Amino acid sequence: MTAQQIIFFIVAAVTFGSALMVVTSRNLVHAALWLVSTLFGVAIVYALLNAGFLAVVQVVVYIGAIAILFIFAVMLTRREQLESGQRLNSGWWLGAFIAVLVFGGLFAMLQGWSGFSKASADIPVGFDAIGQLGNALTSPTGFVLPFEVASVLLLAALVGAVYLAFNRK
Amino acid sequence: MNFWNDPLKIVADWLTGIFTGWGMPAVIAGVLVAFIGTLLLITVLMVLDIFLVWLERKVVARFQDRLGPNRVGLFGLIQPFADIVKLLIKEDTTPEGADRVVYNLAPILSMMSVLILWAIVPLAPVMLGVDLNVGLLYIIAAGAIGTLSIIMAGWSSNNKFATIGAFRQVAVMVSFEIPMVAMLLIPTIFAKSMGMNGIVQAQNTWYVILSPLGALIFLIAAIAELGRAPFDMAEGESELVSGYNIEYSGMKFGMFYAGELLHALTFGGFWAILFFGGYRFFGLEKVSPFLAVIILLAKALVGYWAIMWVKYTMMRIRIDHMLAFNWKFLTPLSFVLLMVTALLNALLAGTPGWVYVIGMFLSNVLVAWIALEIVRSVGRKERVKAEAPKPALSEVERVAAEVHH
Repeated sequence: MTAQQIIFFIVAAVTFGSALMVVTSRNLVHAALWLVSTLFGVAIVYALLNAGFLAVVQVVVYIGAIAILFIFAVMLTRREQLESGQRLNSGWWLGAFIAVLVFGGLFAMLQGWSGFSKASADIPVGFDAIGQLGNALTSPTGFVLPFEVASVLLLAALVGAVYLAFNRK
Repeated sequence: MNFWNDPLKIVADWLTGIFTGWGMPAVIAGVLVAFIGTLLLITVLMVLDIFLVWLERKVVARFQDRLGPNRVGLFGLIQPFADIVKLLIKEDTTPEGADRVVYNLAPILSMMSVLILWAIVPLAPVMLGVDLNVGLLYIIAAGAIGTLSIIMAGWSSNNKFATIGAFRQVAVMVSFEIPMVAMLLIPTIFAKSMGMNGIVQAQNTWYVILSPLGALIFLIAAIAELGRAPFDMAEGESELVSGYNIEYSGMKFGMFYAGELLHALTFGGFWAILFFGGYRFFGLEKVSPFLAVIILLAKALVGYWAIMWVKYTMMRIRIDHMLAFNWKFLTPLSFVLLMVTALLNALLAGTPGWVYVIGMFLSNVLVAWIALEIVRSVGRKERVKAEAPKPALSEVERVAAEVHH
């Protein structure tokens, strides 16, 4: 087992454990903090895959903006931060079954892929991954249309938020 | 290549040689050497941090026409050590109803969010932790962890003042992040790189000359990000006692305090790296990496001094003023400046160097002038509205008032 694999297994275990804590923790702020830990684990997985840009963006967007917003919303709207009652309902086995099924299905499907059991090739020195990504997102032959559609969607969400919060006199 | 040209590599190779000589696999030896390097950097930073306490107290004393610490040791240099002993032997209190794990984690995360920033600081051309190609985004990511630590401290203390302080601090940090990101993109446009070393290497003309307004907005956003005056409503002694760190005592408070000082120095350093040429100073950095480190540290201290200067001169502004200032002035201004810079960068691409520099400088002056004119006219309108005489009484009311008399 290489060093990278050992790191991956540790990170994956931490991410998985935190994700479980997100849904089982009674305290909502704790759940949000466990979510931060989960998202951080995913960022480390990105970094292990040589996707430094995605790793940093994951931290900036998901931890810096979304998780903070979650904590903010919980703290501002809830008087009682403890959830009472059962953490699991009677359908928990169905959810677990579907999760295992999806995992098994993906695993079986990826078995047929040639890159599945190979170690990732080293990125050559001087390879400008972030420049390539930028070009792909803005070139007409690349993904400029989905990129622009996504920004229009975000703009619409922004306008909607302003409309809802606008105080009409 | 000898020790004076590339000290880190020589020492690292030497240590790796020793470790592998003991029969250690090369991979583990590499990890160990990297670990020792990190430990060394953190140790140097923490020792530097101790002296920053002294520096901060000395400078604030001068601003307030006092002498500052001058009793213990030469120029009071031993004073911070006495402070540390005091902090260490203080009672370590935890408020009732506090969330212990989160409460104890918050100061550590706060310090960590500052220390990890130094992984990407290029101290010299050959002395840097990692030359991350997304270095500028990494600054923002580290800031996100800092925000998280403050909200954790405020919430877990089970104290309403701490919670309000945390709310305010997060409001400040989340909103000033936007002009800061926009201003980080300006050196990126000039240098065509997001890596710290790339930006320093490309800076043949200091970017403060190309974009003085950008440097200024970055400094303002950095001060807000640091939570220092005039943006220190998170502490707001007069209304919140001490804000998010109110319940912390001893070294846990010390972590927040030391983190804040080191954070200020770090942002002074980033200001120097992004807009004042980093470790470059008339080719002196090529003489020796050690000289480059001294140059960067000197520039960082000048930036730190500017941050202190603002802190001890300005009064705290109200939170609604702060938010309005950011969202209605700084954010639109920084977006306009970013667009103008990007457009002009494309338009002036083929022109000789001096045209490029003058064009960029003048565009900045123009943007700043227009922005100030708009603010002035809006301000005048507001003032006219506020000072307008009360509407005269209508005929009916006048008669009614006379009858009443």
